[in-house]
Amino acid sequence: MAKVLVVTSGKGGVGKTTSTAALGAALAQSGQNVAVVDFDVGLRNLDLVMGAERRVVFDLINVVQGVAKLPQALIRDKRLENLWLLPASQTRDKDALTDEGVGRVIAELRSRFDWILCDSPAGIERGATLAMRYADEAVIVTNPEVSSVRDSDRIIGMLDSKTVRAERGERVEKHILITRYDPARAARGEMLNIDDILEILATPLLGIIPESQDVLKASNVGTPVTLNNAESAPARAYTDASRRLMGEEVAMVVPAERKGFMDRLLGRRAA
Amino acid sequence: MNVRADPTRQLVRLRGRSYVAFVFSPVVPIVEWLAEIDATLARSPGYFVGKPIVLDLASVDLSSAAIAHLLGSLTERGIRVLGIEGVDEERLAANMPPLLTGGRACVITRSEPVQKVEPEAKPKPTSLLLDSPVRSGQSIVFMEGDVTVLGSVGSGAEIVAGGSIHIYGTLRGRAMAGVNGNSNARIYCQKIEAELLAIDGYYQTAEEIDVSLRNRPAQAWLQGDTMKITPLN
Repeated sequence: MAKVLVVTSGKGGVGKTTSTAALGAALAQSGQNVAVVDFDVGLRNLDLVMGAERRVVFDLINVVQGVAKLPQALIRDKRLENLWLLPASQTRDKDALTDEGVGRVIAELRSRFDWILCDSPAGIERGATLAMRYADEAVIVTNPEVSSVRDSDRIIGMLDSKTVRAERGERVEKHILITRYDPARAARGEMLNIDDILEILATPLLGIIPESQDVLKASNVGTPVTLNNAESAPARAYTDASRRLMGEEVAMVVPAERKGFMDRLLGRRAA
Repeated sequence: MNVRADPTRQLVRLRGRSYVAFVFSPVVPIVEWLAEIDATLARSPGYFVGKPIVLDLASVDLSSAAIAHLLGSLTERGIRVLGIEGVDEERLAANMPPLLTGGRACVITRSEPVQKVEPEAKPKPTSLLLDSPVRSGQSIVFMEGDVTVLGSVGSGAEIVAGGSIHIYGTLRGRAMAGVNGNSNARIYCQKIEAELLAIDGYYQTAEEIDVSLRNRPAQAWLQGDTMKITPLN
């Protein structure tokens, strides 16, 4: 059974696109057939993060409007043959998306793939609501700060009311993915702690992705972080999260501050 | 694999059971009487469905053929007759319902048509129960009475109630109780981090709520024109 998963957040800049690419690549690495779909019409980014920006011919809008067929618009990843991208249009805007057209494209994707990851635009308008419309599951990307948490709460409310599943009286399975978690700042009490976030959102945790230069480096070379440096801390956290999505039990690791030799020496002296 | 069936004797068990049957007492002219039945059926179709019907022919003198015709007319209307009373047995053919005797009159409680004639207005619920968290951006408005929330009320969410508001989680959003002018309404919550509390139009914002109350179980009520917020227990 194909699963449609929306990666959403409400707030911008929290890491939806990075997470979509990283989770999509991790799922594909474990043998699943994966399509990542960019719903951010007009401000597309997923093609850049996936390193496919030079190969875009047709896009989601073309398929929704029936100008192109789905296989013409899908771009196969250069590194993983079971990972595909359906890019967004950069020249159009979100009004070009129709509920009925998106439903048709998602239904067709369901027949071809195991996982369909929809990268939602920020906001709560048409693009975001259509990205979540047909979802079976949702990953809510949240940064450990109050504004992001409140926006996530809002998005969870919409997932519970505006999706096809909700309208049928079913549930969209929801997961919280905490990104840009900085252990040093957490230790100093400068960020919301994880228990508080989960208490506010009352939704299970999928994973905690540490703030890392590796994420930026991977984006700059157009490679999902899970493929760029699989041993880096964020890559391992994303891979664990993807295994949890597939139903595996993986122990949750809260990123801890790595102290250097000098820090430890100084820490001890001060104690 | 050697199964031997014991020749057990199957007992025929006879049990008594009584039903209240409708008794039809046709009068001449039969055609007009049938028209009366049709009128009843037009008012409440299916009124006789599943009800045992007995035909009392004591007040009419019908031949065997006339009885057969009457039974046919009733069958056409979807009415099946259980038994016949008040007639000589010779006049009943073998394919007709049996002759019944010893029936006793009783009062039929006509519950069904009464309901249909004046449908009793269901009393509107006077409380609303929400068993999932109220998320940011959601607005719950219930003017008819109390609202109970089993989860938390998120920052940026609001509950508007004609009566009191009970929150068994953390109240981080707004709660407005007694909006119809009910100054006796109160707001209760397990943990208070509210953005705004209001009762009957009197309100306090987060700024004005005493810091010492934060994160504690609390209730808010009106004392005259002032809102009081005190810890619970």
